[in-house]
Amino acid sequence: MKTLIKWLIAVSCLAALAPAGAAVQVFACEPTWGALAKTLGGEAVSVYTATNAYQDPHHIQARPSLIARLRRADLLVCDGAQLEIGWLPVLLRQAGNDKVQPGQPGNFAATDHVQLLDKPASVDRSQGDIHPAGNPHIQTDPRRIAKVAKALAERLGAIDPDHARQYAKRYRDFDARWQAAVARWTEQAAPLRGVKVVVHHKGWVYLLDWLGLKEVATLEPKPGVPPSASHLSEVLGQLRRQPARMVIRAAYQDPRPAQWLAEHAHIPVVVLPFTVGGTDGAKDLFGLFDDTIARLLKGAQ
Amino acid sequence: MRRGYIKTAAALAAAALLGALSPAAAWAAGAGSPSNAFNPAIGLILSGTYASFSNDPNAYAIPGFALGEESGPGERGFSIGESELAIYANVDPDWYAMFTLSMHPDNTTSVENAYVQTTGLGHGMTLRAGRFFSGIGYLNEQHSHKWDFVDTALAYRALLGTQYGDDGVQVRWLAPTDLFTEVGAEWLRGDAFPGGGAANNGRGAWSTFVHFGGDVGISNSWRAGVSYLHTDAKDRQTDSSAGTDSFTGTSKLIIADFVWKWAPNGNPYTHNFKLQGEYLQRSDDGLFTPAGQGPASYSAKPSGWYLQGVYQFMPRWRIGLRHDQLKADDPGAAFAGTVLDPRGHTPKRDSAMIDFANSEFSRLRLQYNRDRSGLTTDNQWYVQYIMSLGAHGAHIF
Repeated sequence: MKTLIKWLIAVSCLAALAPAGAAVQVFACEPTWGALAKTLGGEAVSVYTATNAYQDPHHIQARPSLIARLRRADLLVCDGAQLEIGWLPVLLRQAGNDKVQPGQPGNFAATDHVQLLDKPASVDRSQGDIHPAGNPHIQTDPRRIAKVAKALAERLGAIDPDHARQYAKRYRDFDARWQAAVARWTEQAAPLRGVKVVVHHKGWVYLLDWLGLKEVATLEPKPGVPPSASHLSEVLGQLRRQPARMVIRAAYQDPRPAQWLAEHAHIPVVVLPFTVGGTDGAKDLFGLFDDTIARLLKGAQ
Repeated sequence: MRRGYIKTAAALAAAALLGALSPAAAWAAGAGSPSNAFNPAIGLILSGTYASFSNDPNAYAIPGFALGEESGPGERGFSIGESELAIYANVDPDWYAMFTLSMHPDNTTSVENAYVQTTGLGHGMTLRAGRFFSGIGYLNEQHSHKWDFVDTALAYRALLGTQYGDDGVQVRWLAPTDLFTEVGAEWLRGDAFPGGGAANNGRGAWSTFVHFGGDVGISNSWRAGVSYLHTDAKDRQTDSSAGTDSFTGTSKLIIADFVWKWAPNGNPYTHNFKLQGEYLQRSDDGLFTPAGQGPASYSAKPSGWYLQGVYQFMPRWRIGLRHDQLKADDPGAAFAGTVLDPRGHTPKRDSAMIDFANSEFSRLRLQYNRDRSGLTTDNQWYVQYIMSLGAHGAHIF
């Protein structure tokens, strides 16, 4: 016991002596928000991204490494709307970090700052893994990212007032470039309006809403329930009566169901990045949508 | 204070049960009604087993070990397992509270968890007070519905009375390092096996533990730790085939634990693998009174370990293998023929299981144990379901 206490004190002293990094420590739950925090924060922030594009943000294990990282965070930037409910609450309870608890300025949920779609009138688990607050996958719509960017820049300024002007300036610069890009993407994607698509998971409602694509079926029989053979043949039957142009899936999803349907319905599979890092082209926020639009246009040819 | 808390929680539990009976009505009431908008999260775990044993479970004994309560393979035939009602919420900006009521198949209930915990201390500190599963080891903190097998490890059953839960206070501190480094200490009542009788005026146990953890690349993560539990027993009574035995003395338990998880790209959805093992060694010193005999000085170091691997080979399906082994320590001729006599036997058990999770809220499991913890081999079969209704708290690693 005595050795333990000595050791504890030693580690505490070391921690106190270590240069308290001036940069704001940001813990981003998903790569898109990590990229946004980096863009807005620049040198003033140090960003750790908890998940990558090949992981399902609904199903992340509350790994010790994540708890250790959250321990030192000044700002938590997550999607919210219960997307991370299977893992984030454990991190918050075990990290011993008061700054990032719900209700604190250091707890930022992107979905708090935009209007959500698909808010269920009633919730029951027989409907699958639905989110009572609405569909949380807002990062597929750049117009909503713009709104989140404004709120995030303000939040950064609030928790790090010394750099508030810098965050505001970086935001204005980002927003100007982003609005121009959104106009360009919208124009490029004009041929996609009204195109019928099949999706793996109901993760694209905001993208479809933005571009006017029409979802005619999902590979998952219910949100979060893996595609079954019987459901896939039902979807195939439906596609024979009412054809779709492509099957869309995210980089992290099981490729086989989409592949099976594509082969039988003779339509292409379009793998979209879903978040930053999901494809080689989606290296940053701009690349995310450059690549998404390019892949959709190719699929619709 | 604590009694009042439990009373309130019991009222909430009743309300929750009513809610669970008519979930649609409960949800409808929750939408937009300000009076219950602050209701805590409520979750109910239902489980049930069908079990078949070649040996009589009522005669279950491990030679060389005095066993705590409920330290057996369970009931034969159909039985519901522990139904667990959990209620939890943030109390205010600085406190979180959790309550778990366990309803046993024999129509008794017990308070499994009833604790409050800080969220607002910062600096990596967390304080907890109330009744909780001790943070020692790896398996000890896991609720039974989270176990990868129907039953717990043999070493936990024999040395720790299946799981160490007690009343007291806990402090945990997380170091500000990239390597997960957590140290914790607890001061406890000491009412639970291997303690008993709430010795030292209800402060009969304390523990300390340290856990490390991290990632190796994107696909691997691990946690390992060492724990120490010190319990004082005052006339701790345990049942054996001969009657009731009693122990007064000290037990010191050391646990070394590790868990390794693999998931390709950190995505466990399709394939994942979990390897976990623990070693437990207990040092007992004191007076042991075997049933029908006089007290005798007792000093022994029984130990045990297990190693298990669980592999998800396709979405929703997992298989698992486990090996358990114990080593009783012969306390000498004074205890020949008593429950503490190892009879030259090395208790062992091998288990295999396969389970299917329709969603993250339901699981069906088939398990076989070749249990040689007693003197004759017991072939044990289990079929189990575990279902989770309502709010379902995120799982610890």
